[in-house]
Amino acid sequence: MSTLTQHESVLGLFEAAPATFLSLRQLGKESFYAQGMPALKAEEYKFTPLAKKLESGLTDFSPAKPVKISADQVKSAVFTGFEGVVLVFSNGQYLPELSNSTEGLTINLLSEIENTPLGSIAKPDKDPFAALNQATFMDGLHLSIENKKSIESPILLLQFHQAQGGQVISPRIWIEAGDFSKATFIDYHISVDAAPYFVNKVVEIKGGVHANITYHSLQEESNQVIEVSNVVTDIQQDSQFTSTQITLSGDMVRNNLTLNLLGSNSVGNMNGLYLLQGKTHVDNHTNVDHTIPHAESNELYKGILTDQSRGVFNGKIFVRQIAQKTNAFQQNNNILLSEDAIINTKPQLEIWADDVKCSHGCTVGQLDEEALFYLQARGIDKITAKGLLLYAFAGEVLDKIEDDSLRNYIVNQIQNRLGSNF
Amino acid sequence: MLSIKNLHASIEGTPILRGINLEVKAGEVHAIMGPNGSGKSTLASVLAGREEYEVTEGEVFFQGKELLSLSPEDRAREGVFLAFQYPIEIPGVSTTNFLRTALNQVREYRGQEPLDAVKFLSLMKEKMALVEIDQKLLSRSLNEGFSGGEKKRNEIFQMAMLNPVLSILDETDSGLDIDALRIVSNGVNKLKSDTTATIVVTHYQRLLDYIVPDFVHVLYKGRIVKSGKKELALELEEKGYDWIKEEVDSTATV
Repeated sequence: MSTLTQHESVLGLFEAAPATFLSLRQLGKESFYAQGMPALKAEEYKFTPLAKKLESGLTDFSPAKPVKISADQVKSAVFTGFEGVVLVFSNGQYLPELSNSTEGLTINLLSEIENTPLGSIAKPDKDPFAALNQATFMDGLHLSIENKKSIESPILLLQFHQAQGGQVISPRIWIEAGDFSKATFIDYHISVDAAPYFVNKVVEIKGGVHANITYHSLQEESNQVIEVSNVVTDIQQDSQFTSTQITLSGDMVRNNLTLNLLGSNSVGNMNGLYLLQGKTHVDNHTNVDHTIPHAESNELYKGILTDQSRGVFNGKIFVRQIAQKTNAFQQNNNILLSEDAIINTKPQLEIWADDVKCSHGCTVGQLDEEALFYLQARGIDKITAKGLLLYAFAGEVLDKIEDDSLRNYIVNQIQNRLGSNF
Repeated sequence: MLSIKNLHASIEGTPILRGINLEVKAGEVHAIMGPNGSGKSTLASVLAGREEYEVTEGEVFFQGKELLSLSPEDRAREGVFLAFQYPIEIPGVSTTNFLRTALNQVREYRGQEPLDAVKFLSLMKEKMALVEIDQKLLSRSLNEGFSGGEKKRNEIFQMAMLNPVLSILDETDSGLDIDALRIVSNGVNKLKSDTTATIVVTHYQRLLDYIVPDFVHVLYKGRIVKSGKKELALELEEKGYDWIKEEVDSTATV
């Protein structure tokens, strides 16, 4: 047994936890000990040996302190053409002096909120990393959108990460969208430098009725970074939730996305794109729980992998017995560009109702040589032709991003990579 | 313009072409006919540069250049155009977008300025009329959900846009009804000139009623076993290929 599976290394984290939310932290700690770091054979983490990775990749299992972020850093990180609210974080801690707000949006530190709802949506007993975060996070943000308020321009969560000694960053965010409200969030992770660290993030999203919430996550961190993200959302009646998960780099990244469809006529959309090279390992675990009749979920994850990169996709659709007339669709498509790239993809459907429409499909293939030849036969060079085909493949996911500045930024990043014979 | 000398090609070790000799001059239309499996489409593919085929012997000169040493894209830029027997569907890439990339890469190779959006569009309009193709079709994903006729018209439309020196039509008649056949043939005929040449690969004589060949060659077992004028095509239509097979097989020396 490694030291980490015996939990010794995380002791430093528990000791460094601030004296806030004492009972919440205690609960998180107990829950973490009950589950432990996922062992090598643990089903939920089968292809993603995080305990081993943390052991070899991290030198200092203590919380990373916030580092200074300048206005210039913020300016150059914001997407060209972006118009909206910018909330800046350094190693998970909110920096109000660099942030702004808008009408209808209330921003509080988590420590300022009485009767904290934390842990009620991302329950600590569901995942050891969510439990670890609950026990050890420093502080975070509580964002709330007023009832009947539609915030048209997106809210950018600019999360700067930097740690000298391979420490731990535990962002914690609570989003509450009122009834009949609308908001779009862009959660953007940036490495300040190439030094290693471990991000263990939890985002809880509580939607009201008739709410429309969009949550985009863009991971573009250094290739030394280990990251676990738990995003859990409760979706009420007549509401819509849409997420986009874009991962372009990292060492080992695990994204757990859970949608609880709690009211009829609710819709959950999950889109994802991972473009992996080098030795990057990205694992997307999604879980949609249809708890009521007449709800819908749509899922499209696509991946392009080269070099020795590895992708994991596990899409769980759970349809409870009562959830008749459910529509649930899932698709995962992958292109492997090298001999050594690996993808493990698994749809996981558990359907207890008998009057539902559910479909799933996954594909793994290479670049279509026939299509490549066709484009070349019209005078297009091989690298451009490859780029055109890969871009077209990824485009299906990117086209679903409504915000132009975000979509253009990602398109640019991808085209730079595809143009360099990715 | 095109000079094929003793061309041998094989796929996965199986020889398909066993010594093709053919001379094509500017202004000429050559028809390559033959029974199924005779190597007609292989010849078209080898000329366009499809990688699965291995050329084991022989040479091909195109306007004085050694064609076989060029990449598929450089062959296209030099002016070789292959109209595919089975045009590929490419989801997510519109004909307009892809063709603009292609045309500008071809122009760059030929030392011409790239076309801006306005000039490209007006060129497109002009060529669209030639094959009676709708602009809506061209803004859709390339060939995705197109009918057989639409796909073939799109091939000829692309040919018109790229303005090739040598056009190779690989069974362009397959999958076409009589109206589509007429439209496609009209397009090809309008593009013919004294400085360009066309190779029409077909199994049936029907297409040759519309695109009238100067020469007809019969391919069998990887060789041109008979050549003649357009009357040969009519004879083949009437008598089939068996008499040629018998003639060749009885004198076969291999």
